[in-house]
Amino acid sequence: MEITNKEFKHCDMLVLKGRIDSATAPQFSQALDTITESGRFKIVVDMSGLEYMSSAGFRALLASQRTCKRYNRGEVVLAGVPSRIQEALELAGFTELFKTFDDPLAAVGNF
Amino acid sequence: MSMRKVRFPADFQYLDAIRDLVAETAREGGFNDKEIYSIQLAADEAASNIIEHAYEGVTDGELEIVCGMDGALLTIILHDHGQPFDPGSVRPPDLKADLSDRQIGGLGIYLMRKLMDEVRYESSPDGGNRLILSKRRS
Repeated sequence: MEITNKEFKHCDMLVLKGRIDSATAPQFSQALDTITESGRFKIVVDMSGLEYMSSAGFRALLASQRTCKRYNRGEVVLAGVPSRIQEALELAGFTELFKTFDDPLAAVGNF
Repeated sequence: MSMRKVRFPADFQYLDAIRDLVAETAREGGFNDKEIYSIQLAADEAASNIIEHAYEGVTDGELEIVCGMDGALLTIILHDHGQPFDPGSVRPPDLKADLSDRQIGGLGIYLMRKLMDEVRYESSPDGGNRLILSKRRS
């Protein structure tokens, strides 16, 4: 798994590539925490390069969404979610918890 | 019926190999790509759960996976010698709960059950624990 962090004026974007499972989810959590610990709470997660995500990745997203939405200071939004991952997120009831965008740059424009 | 049997160290870094193993069996069994993804996800959640709970605090645990097709039925058996852990004892998460009330745990087990047709758990004192997942090709 590969994570790139792009800092925009009004938000941060994490670009994910590869597979997120129990082995790699800690790395994803760490990347999210690094952003929120620096006092930034508006995050776009670009999943267009992601092949696979298990519930370990969903948990990392949920924990970060809680942190970001506290005091209405921001939120985590998802972009370019591949259909297989989208189906699993729906099954987990996660689609109501995250705004999703087809295009990562449209997600950036949301902030 | 030909079954594949592979032993893995009970470590998250082998999840990739476990997903490959079940995907190969499912592909040969005629499942489509969407179904194969679901089967990989279910097997991953099952194995992750065993590594995390049955082998909690254990560094040299072993997880044996047996999988194969019987006609249109795919069966995956996960066999471990860790602490008995029945996924059926885990309360399903409330998928309608607000963000603040969402449970972090239980999600993987819930997904595994939704993605497969049947999930069965057997435990015996000397034979270890068996988690049996099955799915019929549509």
